[in-house]
Amino acid sequence: MTHFQNDLICLTLAEAKKALSQKEISSVELTEAYLGAIACNRHLNAYILETAELALEKARESDQRLAKGEARPLEGLPLAIKDLFCTEGVQTTAGSHILEGFKPPYESTVTHNLKNAGSVFLGKTNMDEFAMGSANITSYYGNVINPWKRRDGKDLTPGGSSGGSAAAVAAGLALAATGTDTGGSIRQPAAFSGIVGLKPTYGRCSRWGIVAFASSLDQAGPMTRDVRDAALMLEVMASYDPKDSTSSSQNVPCFEKAISKGVKGLKVGIPKEYQLEGMPDDIMKLWEKGAQWLKEAGAQIIEISLPHTKYSLPTYYVLAPAEASSNLARYDGVRYGLRVPGKTLDDLYENTRSEGFGVEVQRRVLIGTYVLSAGYYDAYYLKAQKVRKLIAQDFELAFQKVDVILTPTTPSAAFAIDEKPTDPVVMYLNDVLTVPANLAGLPGLSVPAGLSKEGLPLGLQLLGPAFDENVLFRAGWVLEEAAAFKSFLER
Amino acid sequence: MDNIYFYEGPSGPWELVIGLEVHAQVISKAKLFSGAATTFGADPNTQVSFVDAAMPGMLPAINEICVEQAIRTGLGINAEINIISVFDRKNYFYADLPSGYQISQYTRPIVGKGYLDIELEDGSMRRIGITRLHLEQDAGKSIHDQHPDKSYIDLNRSGVALMEIVSEPEIRSAEEATAYVRKLRSIVRCLGTCDGNMDQGSMRVDVNVSVRKAGAPFGTRAEIKNVNSIKFLAQAIHYEAERQVAILEEGGEIQQETRLFDAVRGITRSMRNKEHAHDYRYFPDPDLPPLVLDPKWVEEIRKGLPELPDAKKARLMAEYELSSYDASVLVAETETAVFFEEALKYLHPLNKKTAKLLANWLIGDVFGALNRESKTLETCPVSSAHLAGLINQIEAGVISGKIAKEVFSLMWETDCDAQVLIERHGLKQVSDDGAILANIDKVLNENPAMVEDYKSGKEKLFGFFVGQVMKAMQGKANPELVNQLLREKLEK
Amino acid sequence: MSLDQETIKRIATLARLKLNDDRMSSMQQDLNHILHFIDQLNEVETSHVEPMAGVNTPSMPFRKDVVNDGDRVAKIMENAPEVACNMFVVPKVVE
Repeated sequence: MTHFQNDLICLTLAEAKKALSQKEISSVELTEAYLGAIACNRHLNAYILETAELALEKARESDQRLAKGEARPLEGLPLAIKDLFCTEGVQTTAGSHILEGFKPPYESTVTHNLKNAGSVFLGKTNMDEFAMGSANITSYYGNVINPWKRRDGKDLTPGGSSGGSAAAVAAGLALAATGTDTGGSIRQPAAFSGIVGLKPTYGRCSRWGIVAFASSLDQAGPMTRDVRDAALMLEVMASYDPKDSTSSSQNVPCFEKAISKGVKGLKVGIPKEYQLEGMPDDIMKLWEKGAQWLKEAGAQIIEISLPHTKYSLPTYYVLAPAEASSNLARYDGVRYGLRVPGKTLDDLYENTRSEGFGVEVQRRVLIGTYVLSAGYYDAYYLKAQKVRKLIAQDFELAFQKVDVILTPTTPSAAFAIDEKPTDPVVMYLNDVLTVPANLAGLPGLSVPAGLSKEGLPLGLQLLGPAFDENVLFRAGWVLEEAAAFKSFLER
Repeated sequence: MDNIYFYEGPSGPWELVIGLEVHAQVISKAKLFSGAATTFGADPNTQVSFVDAAMPGMLPAINEICVEQAIRTGLGINAEINIISVFDRKNYFYADLPSGYQISQYTRPIVGKGYLDIELEDGSMRRIGITRLHLEQDAGKSIHDQHPDKSYIDLNRSGVALMEIVSEPEIRSAEEATAYVRKLRSIVRCLGTCDGNMDQGSMRVDVNVSVRKAGAPFGTRAEIKNVNSIKFLAQAIHYEAERQVAILEEGGEIQQETRLFDAVRGITRSMRNKEHAHDYRYFPDPDLPPLVLDPKWVEEIRKGLPELPDAKKARLMAEYELSSYDASVLVAETETAVFFEEALKYLHPLNKKTAKLLANWLIGDVFGALNRESKTLETCPVSSAHLAGLINQIEAGVISGKIAKEVFSLMWETDCDAQVLIERHGLKQVSDDGAILANIDKVLNENPAMVEDYKSGKEKLFGFFVGQVMKAMQGKANPELVNQLLREKLEK
Repeated sequence: MSLDQETIKRIATLARLKLNDDRMSSMQQDLNHILHFIDQLNEVETSHVEPMAGVNTPSMPFRKDVVNDGDRVAKIMENAPEVACNMFVVPKVVE
């Protein structure tokens, strides 16, 4: 590998776009550099499927367009796609055995938008099965390893569920990636891997063609090297889609323009309820530093209260499994994916689903089935819907006082894969700071802002009002500039 | 309450309690939540979108027309339209349900309480309450006869829009049940919201039947699925009522269960697939926001409704003094009403007498001929204009009622106008005094003894003379004129 | 609330999952941990709160009544494990 190629994979999306348009590099060169990096880093297990040939074919097409001056917004830029997005003719597994070999005859709206913008897909990234997990250890295709190492050298989780996408962007195996976020699945792995992750407002990106986990919470978003790249990606990914009845017809603004507007005069809320008991010092300190950076850039810091925060996780663990139990009923071994034969149709269903779904998915399907079942609906499901309303109202009130909210993204840095908690509830606590935004449908941005005592990346999270991703980009860019965080590739 | 019907058992009478759930397929080009076609009888799986096959990541998007059709139907059954309604998922595993849930409406249907007035054979009226109408998806079809131990799944019907119309348990007899379904069918057909074809499955009835002692609380009910004709509906209810009464009379208990109607044997039988108790786990479909209607739109739809059978019946009775029975027959089927009203336009003069005559001919002669030849009004060889033309000829005195029957037969075979046929076949009624008088004279001269008898008081013989004159004139003489002239002649 | 094994079996049947005895006890423990965690919701007073099903989309958009899909039986069937006569094949269903 030449030195030049190493430099290529260190570029940001914006830098690569500029280099392509100025003909300093070609899309084929750039794509080959990434394919080379992917081949050298298979031990990270970031990709479930590499699509090298398709990628090179697309790159050649892009080079022709670039030569003719017909470049589209993301022309020739190599991306990684979370394996939850259906990609036409390319295997889409959702990290599950039950979808092994499934080749969708259609393209998800988000990946369609990205393709139409000229981007090159390097492959499909690993993920927790059906996006259910926070450590990428529930994937049928093996866990993903975080490129970052702790001082003791143990293999760390990149977080989840978009762990493959996070590891790929962090380790230089893609310029940027798509993720999906149901309870923190973009922001938490972004924080663990030292990259930027954005969960847009619910409805901003179409869910059509994305394998559903929890429909009222799922939202696609970008995972990138920096804040500008996230804006560039979102602008392409977002669109009103009549095929998704929950997609928003709100105008998609030019997000990139917002970035450099600064935070002067912005009111930044610090929710006291996000100071968790036993939260590590380094995280508390980083949070204070983040507030200080924003203040120095002209923002006003205001303490706020989001009183129902502590009920977010229990609410989430009723609603998400309930929706999932229904969304996953279609995986029955009849029309696509795995089939494990049985004497009767019910045997076939049970054999297929018991073998096709992993333990965590089965756990959540069982919980979801239970909370919807006769006699328990009111006590669990309806109750959780009501508490969800209270959580959303907390944010509505808060955003009457402040423009943006600053919190840590995660309550800890990445943990070692062999230290994963055995109690599922302890694992769920990873999402305690990210889940509220999903319940309220609000946009959330995680920006890498510093290192833990162990030398691992930590993220700060910005939350904004619905459809105001701009305020996140403005504040996120200020944090990024102030933190001067050195990515894994820059170390 | 009027009209309480009883089944006699050894212990005395049992009252029958029936509630009906009618599934009516919405007339629309595309499915409720996908752009695939809805036409009947297409090749397997050719009318299936990725949404209908529940492929991963596929999402529903609602068809505006299906909503409009539900509103129209709701207005047609005198029901309140709910401005906000919600789609829920009904979760269960079944071969022909690809997503593992049916999108339906559970707690908040698009249409609330309404009612239908039904008319029974004795002429009495009953009002049957309607609990609700909601929109839902149809399932696919499992085909069991292609392979000894496999079922084949065709998803063409999967996702087609259905309206489920639920009655209150206020129906008390098979007659009321069939009258209710007939009435509902005539309304949806008139509205153009469902074609009502029971044999193609576009209208299916689930029947809830229980029996009780008069005044007692409701008994345990059995649900009978997939009754696909009005005849079977009555059979199923009779069979089920007798079965339940027999069990209760023997001290047994009715099982709350789903039963299938076996049309071949005319019985209901318990469904065998009872391995799993159902627990549908309804919850609001997170893929679909609430359905919020613009009240102005609902008003527009209301204003655009066609005249419904009840209103049409009342109008026909008021305008033309038709009997309740005749008017009911004329409005029961949209085609009949259309045919009748089309024919009215060609009547000269249009008045109560000619309208009544037209109604008699349509209900009597036309329906009789259609029945004999297993035809429908759509394939009727006599057009509405031609039928009206025939009435006009009778009314104008060109032909007698008797000759008209002959003209009608000719019309049936030739598709010609009555006037043309009368000319061609020389059937015109003779109203010429001279010709009639000549024939009267001939008849009287040939029967001098009878004339004597008549004059000596046997007045009954008048009919004989009329008959002879008509016979002599091949029935073409104007009967009124014959009467008048003959009387004058005999009185002399 | 606490789940006994019989309830778990009933739920598993509803969800068409087969839980062998060796997996039952760990599953029971996990599910009860999760339910115990969820039970915190009982602390919240919600008697006057409207339940919230979704966010950001106040009402359903309409699609026109146009046939623009279907007629692609090959694509519908191409991922199916067993097909005959352009139909999906399953073990015989008895009604």
